[in-house]
Amino acid sequence: MSYIQVHDLSKQYGHGEAAVLAVRGINFGIASGELIAIMGESGSGKSTLLTVMGALNSPGRGKYWVDKIDVYALGQEERADFRRNYLGFVFQSFHLIPYLTVRENVMLPLTPVNIRKKEKRAMAEEALGRVGLSGKGERLPSQISGGEQERVAIARAVVNKPPILLADEPTGNLDTKNTREMMNLLQELNSDGMTIIMVTHNPECAQYARRILRLSDGLLVEEENIS
Amino acid sequence: MNLWDIALRNLKRRKSKAAFVLVGLTIGVSAVVVFISLAEALTQNINSKLEEYGANILIVPKTENLSMSYGGISLGGVLFEMQEIHEEELAKIGEIANAKNVAAVGPMLLGAIEMGSRKALLAGMDFQVASQLRPWWKFQGSVPDEEGVLAGAEAARVLGLGVGKPVAVNGRSLVVSGILDATGSQDDHILFTRLATAQSILNKEGRISLAEVAALCSGCPIEEMVRQISEIIPGANVMAIKQVVEGRMETLNQFRKASYGLSAIVALVGALVVLVTMMGSVRERTAEIGIFRAIGFRSSHIMKIILLEAGIVSVLAGVLGYLLGLGATKIALLFFVAGSGHAGHGIAVPLDPLLAGAALALAIVLGLAASFYPARVAARLDPCEALRAL
Repeated sequence: MSYIQVHDLSKQYGHGEAAVLAVRGINFGIASGELIAIMGESGSGKSTLLTVMGALNSPGRGKYWVDKIDVYALGQEERADFRRNYLGFVFQSFHLIPYLTVRENVMLPLTPVNIRKKEKRAMAEEALGRVGLSGKGERLPSQISGGEQERVAIARAVVNKPPILLADEPTGNLDTKNTREMMNLLQELNSDGMTIIMVTHNPECAQYARRILRLSDGLLVEEENIS
Repeated sequence: MNLWDIALRNLKRRKSKAAFVLVGLTIGVSAVVVFISLAEALTQNINSKLEEYGANILIVPKTENLSMSYGGISLGGVLFEMQEIHEEELAKIGEIANAKNVAAVGPMLLGAIEMGSRKALLAGMDFQVASQLRPWWKFQGSVPDEEGVLAGAEAARVLGLGVGKPVAVNGRSLVVSGILDATGSQDDHILFTRLATAQSILNKEGRISLAEVAALCSGCPIEEMVRQISEIIPGANVMAIKQVVEGRMETLNQFRKASYGLSAIVALVGALVVLVTMMGSVRERTAEIGIFRAIGFRSSHIMKIILLEAGIVSVLAGVLGYLLGLGATKIALLFFVAGSGHAGHGIAVPLDPLLAGAALALAIVLGLAASFYPARVAARLDPCEALRAL
């Protein structure tokens, strides 16, 4: 079994005639430390797949294991703990909390963790340093650029050093320069051993991955290894 | 950064919502404080006013005789020529457990006297406590000295007495120092003199026929006081003038019940304001809650954040509500007692730590109870659905 194993995964929205099968019987495995790109047209099921892999969206059928943990066999609260311990999320629109400073946004995943404030602060500073935002911790999200907001989102995702990073269109709102910087940053995190699964439309971004999974109409239609 | 910080930051960010919850709770708590403080202050006020109606406990000697009536009040076995209580025994009343509730003790010696060819009833009493035991008395002239006598209106008319005129009582010459205005009671038929003078005239030094006690009834069970006095003066028959006492307590209890009812209604309205506002706040924050859940916050963490916010506002509302309630009580008292000839500011509204604590507890309980459902809704939000709201 791979570090991440998806087996016969299906997800349906709605019932009866209004039912939409967003993901249909998908199977694949991801080794620890891989950088995977999931591509596909709009409505192909890639975002649904990412939410299922993010332990946020119970599949109607199939199994999903991470590190031999049957994720959807866990209770709601245990699944929250799983997300905190195993996953980092980077959302397409950054989704920073506007009334918290940059540092506080980065510290968010550490909030429920029972460690000293000083230590949390040090971890946040380290994550901010890693994304090149040292010294901007006191600013509010509205006081930094879009590219910087994306980096704050990454710092937040990696602050507690999760083994897996899930990114939904991480460069969707960035210009070419910031897109390149973002991809370099993800590659750097991956080279440090973090498993990264990224949903993207952008073929250039997909080229940073070792493997591309292509979805169409909820089906996994192609797996492409990048040399 | 912890859950407390997030709750505080959110309150600062959503000041208008927090203010709305604060105002709703503060009004609810202050209304409760007003009603309870008002009930307490008016209780004291009514008590002090009711004291003006005079004695509410009678101490008479134990007797096998049939009871007689005194001003419509049962006097037990008081007869003009019967055994008396020793005056010094009354001092023991100061030693009973509820001694602090005793406002005044008025000893009285009754005896028949001869005034020429006529007979009359002489009452010796302590005129220092007469103003408390018979506040309704009005008279022409002055309070009698050792050689004076205060005549009831009817007695003065029948005996042809006038202020300053001499009167022979059992052969002793006294002066009429004053004449009572008609009271409609048995007092109209009696000649009053100082206790020592009456004891001397009636040859009953150190003895009394009965004693009247004015008890402050707020928080003192009158029956218990009767029992305590009976224990320390075993030779006496101690009786509560029940109509007065029960009337007092009934009035106060009804006012209290009405106050509590109104308090409950206002508090409920305050709680509803909190519930509606917090529900609105939760709906506004759906996306934010989705992010929290996605990055690993448990449902219980979300509940804690919402309840912490409610708790912080509730504590503030408790303190503000208590202070505001005290102020409003003082103002309300001006209106409540304005028509009774008392200045409202004359009634004290003291800082009551118990009421302050209760106000704080009420605010916290109301705030948390009303926020529990919104917190539960927030905690149960499907993170995936919540993120779709982004």
